[in-house]
Amino acid sequence: MTARNRELANLVVVGILTALGFASVYIARQEVVSTASLSYAGFFFALYLAAHVVARLTVPFSDPYLLPMAGLLTGIGLTEIYRLNPSDAFRQGLWIVVALAAFAVTLFLLQDDYRRLESYKYLFGVSAIALLVLPALPVIGTRVNGARLWVHVGPLQFQPGELAKVFLIVFLAGYLREKREVLAQGRLKDFGPLLLIWGGAMLVLIETNDLGSALLYFGIFLGMLYVATGRALYVALGGGLFLAGAFGVYHLVGHVRDRITIWLHPWTDHAVYCSINGKQLPRQDCASYQLVKSLYSVAHGSWFGTGLGKGTFTTTAGGDLIPYLNTDFIYSALAQELGLVGVAALLLVYMLFVARGFKIAMLADDGFSKLLAIGLTFAFALQTFIIVGGILRLIPLTGITLPFVSYGGSSVVANFVLLAGLLLVSNRANAGRA
Amino acid sequence: MNRQIAKLALVGVALVAALIVATTYWQTWATAGLNDRQDNEIQRVAQFSIKRGLIRAADGTVLASNRIRKVGGQTLYFRRYPQGGLFAHVVGYSTQSRSRSGLEASQNDYLTGSSSNLHTILNTTLDRIRGATIKGDNLWLTLRPGAQRIAMRDLQGKCGAVVAIDPRNGKVLVMASRPTFDPNLVERNFERINNIRSSCRPAAPLLNRSTDGLYAPGSTFKVVTASAALDTGRYTPESRFVDPGYCIEYGKKVRNAGNPEAPETFGSVNLITGLQHSINSVFCNIGKTLGAERVLGYAKRYGFYEDPPLETPGNERSPSGLYHGSKLFRPTDPVSQVDPGRLAFGQEALLATPLQMAMVAAGVANGGVVMKPHVVDRVTGPGGGVIARTHAAKLRRAVSTQTAQEVTSMMIAAVEGGTGGAAQIPGIRVAGKTGTAETGIDGRYTSWFIAFAPAENPRIAVAVVLQDQTGFGGQVAAPIARDVMQAILAGRSNP
Repeated sequence: MTARNRELANLVVVGILTALGFASVYIARQEVVSTASLSYAGFFFALYLAAHVVARLTVPFSDPYLLPMAGLLTGIGLTEIYRLNPSDAFRQGLWIVVALAAFAVTLFLLQDDYRRLESYKYLFGVSAIALLVLPALPVIGTRVNGARLWVHVGPLQFQPGELAKVFLIVFLAGYLREKREVLAQGRLKDFGPLLLIWGGAMLVLIETNDLGSALLYFGIFLGMLYVATGRALYVALGGGLFLAGAFGVYHLVGHVRDRITIWLHPWTDHAVYCSINGKQLPRQDCASYQLVKSLYSVAHGSWFGTGLGKGTFTTTAGGDLIPYLNTDFIYSALAQELGLVGVAALLLVYMLFVARGFKIAMLADDGFSKLLAIGLTFAFALQTFIIVGGILRLIPLTGITLPFVSYGGSSVVANFVLLAGLLLVSNRANAGRA
Repeated sequence: MNRQIAKLALVGVALVAALIVATTYWQTWATAGLNDRQDNEIQRVAQFSIKRGLIRAADGTVLASNRIRKVGGQTLYFRRYPQGGLFAHVVGYSTQSRSRSGLEASQNDYLTGSSSNLHTILNTTLDRIRGATIKGDNLWLTLRPGAQRIAMRDLQGKCGAVVAIDPRNGKVLVMASRPTFDPNLVERNFERINNIRSSCRPAAPLLNRSTDGLYAPGSTFKVVTASAALDTGRYTPESRFVDPGYCIEYGKKVRNAGNPEAPETFGSVNLITGLQHSINSVFCNIGKTLGAERVLGYAKRYGFYEDPPLETPGNERSPSGLYHGSKLFRPTDPVSQVDPGRLAFGQEALLATPLQMAMVAAGVANGGVVMKPHVVDRVTGPGGGVIARTHAAKLRRAVSTQTAQEVTSMMIAAVEGGTGGAAQIPGIRVAGKTGTAETGIDGRYTSWFIAFAPAENPRIAVAVVLQDQTGFGGQVAAPIARDVMQAILAGRSNP
């Protein structure tokens, strides 16, 4: 079977799974949702068929598993978003259309040779910073939950940081490919442009309180630097700098201090000062409210979960039990309804995606391709770890989206562009072999 | 570069693997702890999506049912208690704002269909797969609403309890406690429950006095002492005693009941008369002869010093026995630590629950064998099939059949020509024993009556206790016992 036929077969399986998901939500919540839920599955399957045709035309030799896996993840995400709030699912559906358009455009534009992006590396670097600065600008930028991440243009809202991530990876891949030998020798002067652009990004992120992304960018940078130079010392040095920086930020920025305290001690037996309303409350009723409620949701799922559509997310009065369930906390909603069996399978899909990504990097035969592939893949892995690890209290919780699954247009678009990048690299490597 | 890529790939895969491990931790290991947390609203809400099983009395009267409410597309089931305060202590409550109590708490697994019963597991798993509402199992109790209503009517305005047991099988027929509360108010207006007016302090309306109220048993304990006296072979019903109106212990006079200046004096009597007229000096001397250890030994055979076996939550039941402060006291050296004479007639820091004293009466009634008391007769599935049934079980033999017969005839004498005359029922022979215990406050007594009937073929054993009384047990408690026994015996003879 050729790679593309294998992809099609996998997509059919994904389509069936998604249809089953929507059907079970429909059965469980007939009073709330309508048979329209089933047309979602059909619509969704048509979209992925279109994406498959685009892949057939532009990247025929690329890895056949990545697109179906992305399809499965978006399908699970869309089902859960639909279950939580059907009107959000409609908007998410539209964003998936936009994302697949971006996916197609990326593939068509770069199918001949994506490596020419390397010559525009500085343009990508500067654009990344520009995108990051946008939300901090007055009028169009808005603050949500203590962080300035959003840009409003009319009715549209967009989180430019998501796309900036991809741009920064392109810059790093280009720059590190060119300078990797000299960088490995440790000449300080060669670090200049690198530190300038990367440092700028970090500054913007800290300034806008987007700690999750700051952590993500730092990880991507260290990972790519290590692969490019092969020097573990840089990783150690970077890690040390990070810890020192984190220590400083901990003392300077109250927002960060709060996050750490919540992480270490989400529950208190006695009342503590609550900065939200100025009262004395146990911490689980105030600062760590979100984290604790989301953990209860995860725990309630236990081995097999409550079943799609049967989870408990509202109080007996109908109010929300867990805030930001659609976006940052979608994993805890899935964990409750699918149980350990379900979310462990979901995480295995993420793991498989990561493994395929690294395999693509191994097979690629030029430095830029390798660095681009590991950058994109590692970013994907790290982003998953930062949000899910935050929910599971492995690390302090920082708001960031779960790739492909969370509700949020910019995130879906950026992740499909990321996917397109991986397919391009994979196509080129496999075509050379074929 | 591929060597570095392989290493980074390992890191990437390890990151996701760590997530799987952490998820496993929270969804298996940590689940129980998180589910028990007070602020876990999910648990509180989720249990209301289960259609809780009904609780019914022996005749089918519904004691706990469900009120359906739809919230955000979810159907929730809240509890309703059609009988109000009548069965409040045994049935308990299940609400959002407070944790559960009574059978609602202890039988929660059955009521929510989460018991380990194979049939239940199969049903709920199928319901879960089908996406249907999970339905709990129903409880059928042994309680008789008619007799319960009479007990509660007689207790009206008083603080006390009535426990009635079928001595042949341990079925609890009546379990009444006053002051009571309306379980329907627990959610809406808890303040009103706590602010009730009552004749005793603290009123403690939530306390199940039948199983958790501890009172000095007074002379009702003489039944235990008489059992010990006869069963050890040291005495016969005809054994003679000389009663000067007091008994001497540690060089001091311990007087009989009545006016302290001129206590009742009976002169030369036998053991039958001793129990019939509840003569303290007789039992005081028996206690001195037998010793505290032996008397306590027989009390233990009747169930003292262990949590009375019943299906209600363990923290709503107390063991009977000697108490120091609020703790059960197990004497290591009874000879020096316990006053045997006062123990023998039910004083001396001895405290008993009404359930325990009902077990004493039931033990004597059942030829010396105490049956395990139980209040849940059977559990039926949502479809009606029986899932579990409580079979009559022997707790232990307390005394020999002969001893039981001898004690019975003494208790008959107490009702027919002694202190318990108020318990007589026309046409039915009743065996009983009064009790009036000092509370430490002058003029305030704890009044008791324990009895069983018909004496030749007992179908009901009963214990009545009333707090803070001015009269003797024979005057206030015995009529209540009579009413309850009459109600049971008048009903269908053996349903």
